[in-house]
Amino acid sequence: MSQQVASAPLPRVAVPDRSVDRPSSGWTKARERLAWMLVAPSVLVVAVVALYPLAQSIRLSFTNARFGSTRPEVYVGFDNYVRLFNDNVFISAFWHTIVFTVSSVAIETILGIAIALIINSNFSGRGAVRTSLLIPWAIPTVVSSQLWRFMYNQDNGVINDLLVYRLGIIDKPVAWIANASTSLPAIIAVDVWKTTPFMALLLLAGLQIIPGDVYEAATVDGASKWQQFWQITLPLLKPALLVALIFRSLDAFRVFDVIFVMKGAALDTISLAIYARQTMIDEQWLGRGAAASVVIFLCIAVLVLIYSRLVKVEDN
Amino acid sequence: MHSFDSSASPVGRLVAEGLTGQLSRREIVRRGMALGLSASVVNMILSAQSRHVLAQGGTPEAEAVGWSIVVPQGLRTDLAGARVRAVLAPAASPDREWEETAIRKFNEATGINAEFAPGEESATDRLAIYNQQLGAQSPDNDVYQIDVIWPGIMAQHATDLNPALADLAALQFPAIVENNTVNGALVGMPWFTDAGLLYYRSDLLEKHGFDKPPETWTELEEMAETIQNEESAANASFRGFVFQGNAYEGLTCNGLEWQFSNGGGRIIEPDGTVTVNNPQAIASFERARGWVGTIAPEDVTTYNEPSSLNAFAPGNAAFMRNWPYAYSVTQAPDSPLVGKVGVTQLPMGDGEGATHAATLGGWQLMVSKYSPNQDAAIEFVKYMCSPELEKSFTIERSHSPTIASVYDDPDVIERQEFLARLKPVFQGGAVARPSTVTSDLYNSASIAYHTHLNQILSGQAEAAAAVQEIEAELKDIMSELGF
Repeated sequence: MSQQVASAPLPRVAVPDRSVDRPSSGWTKARERLAWMLVAPSVLVVAVVALYPLAQSIRLSFTNARFGSTRPEVYVGFDNYVRLFNDNVFISAFWHTIVFTVSSVAIETILGIAIALIINSNFSGRGAVRTSLLIPWAIPTVVSSQLWRFMYNQDNGVINDLLVYRLGIIDKPVAWIANASTSLPAIIAVDVWKTTPFMALLLLAGLQIIPGDVYEAATVDGASKWQQFWQITLPLLKPALLVALIFRSLDAFRVFDVIFVMKGAALDTISLAIYARQTMIDEQWLGRGAAASVVIFLCIAVLVLIYSRLVKVEDN
Repeated sequence: MHSFDSSASPVGRLVAEGLTGQLSRREIVRRGMALGLSASVVNMILSAQSRHVLAQGGTPEAEAVGWSIVVPQGLRTDLAGARVRAVLAPAASPDREWEETAIRKFNEATGINAEFAPGEESATDRLAIYNQQLGAQSPDNDVYQIDVIWPGIMAQHATDLNPALADLAALQFPAIVENNTVNGALVGMPWFTDAGLLYYRSDLLEKHGFDKPPETWTELEEMAETIQNEESAANASFRGFVFQGNAYEGLTCNGLEWQFSNGGGRIIEPDGTVTVNNPQAIASFERARGWVGTIAPEDVTTYNEPSSLNAFAPGNAAFMRNWPYAYSVTQAPDSPLVGKVGVTQLPMGDGEGATHAATLGGWQLMVSKYSPNQDAAIEFVKYMCSPELEKSFTIERSHSPTIASVYDDPDVIERQEFLARLKPVFQGGAVARPSTVTSDLYNSASIAYHTHLNQILSGQAEAAAAVQEIEAELKDIMSELGF
């Protein structure tokens, strides 16, 4: 059904070969009208929930609007953006977000592939393992971040207890979250714990559509398991991998909850989303906060462009 | 009024005293055994006690909620039928039932149609919602419960209460009234208050040879170090002192206490001068930095109120800075610290102008400028913040009143002995955060202050350099306000 609708001439019918019969054919016009009517609800929804807020954010980012204030807003040009890039807090929030996104997504991808390969092989209890794997993903982030905060505690946390008193790997308890050199890695570790199962599951779906006979053929040809992984599994997994990467990078780039629960808006771990919220809601600088949100939007747009280019290359 | 007071037998008295929380669980068991009661009877008393304490949020009371409310004389009755919607306690708060009862009695006395509207649980969320409603000049709510740091933010939306309620304002603590006064207008009427306090383990002080709690920060450091050194042999998690070091509003409260107690000023003085960059303030921050990793855990830089209490309540800390609410938690029936906790003023510094300091907290009632029922809303505020209602709120809900005479009331002294003893803290020492002078930019000022303070505490910045940055940012903010 949906295939047929999609193949009908859609609004942009300026394709040369079809434009020939366009003026004369009332039937084509009727179909065109029908197509417009069918896409209208989606266009409307997108306009209301996505385009309008985006346009509003962009407009506000050029004003000195204040949240909860009755004084009229004034157009201030690029002032908010200039201020943003002169603000050390914004700059560090920017770098923390980049470091968080790159490292958490990289680690999650590698671990995700490994786990997907394991649960794709045949062993008894596979169903149970696959289900239990999803538990970290199923716990709300606010809850699991609070649990990890307790576990990282210097005096009473289970992690120091394990590393210092049970295993003897380090000599004295570390204040994982308080210490500026360990706080961001500690938070990345929580995100990896939580999101690797999601990654593994997406990649498992990709693995399951690779037909078994290509491996049989490779084995007959004498390819080692290692060669099979690099020459067969990875290339065939690429579409699923790209989708997973897009999901995760976009998600990681707007990270808020895991950092906010563990560290609030502390300067050594603040992310762009926390910065935007603090500016907009706590400080009531709606205009400046909107400028920060627009920067997040632009960064995500760049990520999407890069990934969609990669997907296109893949299609060709 | 006390349904168990009448029984004269020893068993009756044990039940009565047990239920009203006058006895610890251990004492109930001891006396019960002495009276020859069976274990199951003693257990019944114990479980009845926990039920009561739980149901009453730490204030055991057998009577119906609102039993102590006396409707004040002289309320207007000519406003019958007017509607007043008041945003008060959060929906799930134990205060809600008392407030709803108070509203019912108000409606019966005046004929006004007041109703309870729940506020947000977290203060930041509450402020965001208020800003949204008041920024849109919404007439939906008439009365708002506002935090002590919001008068500057709310002034543009508030009705001046001075013309109508000057007599009531004269009964309130002057420092809190001043904090609520913006450009001569009384933005909010004080309702209940809060102040930073020093909690200490009286049993441990005695055990290690200290006969009274510390007067100065130096004394606190010495005591904390001695006690920590000796206690940590048996309990590796034991710490001398815990406070609130996370980068949030709580650290602004702690920091203000450190610098003000050391003669280091109020960050921004009431006349708008930024004074944070001074040697005494810097010295007080350096002192606090010295606690981190020695008498306080390194992660104290991520602590808020509940995490400090998490260290203190199970017996893992000798001293704690916290608000009055923490007392009832440490004295709950199943707490290991029943009878072992003392509360006093926070220590003072050594420099010139050193004094005891406690940051002022608490809540006020504000009438929205956009309310169509101004007179009825003002009458409601007059009722809720009257000495009669504050007394009942204190007795039943353990809030600290904002009217001096309520502390001296015999009923209050009898039932809330701990709060009654706090009168000097509220009357004299409580120091307000610079929220009124910074107007609607207070949160920006506070964020600049606690962000850098957190960096000092965690060793990411030197005190002198960080204070210079605080000063620069605060001056920016003040110039934006036209100073």
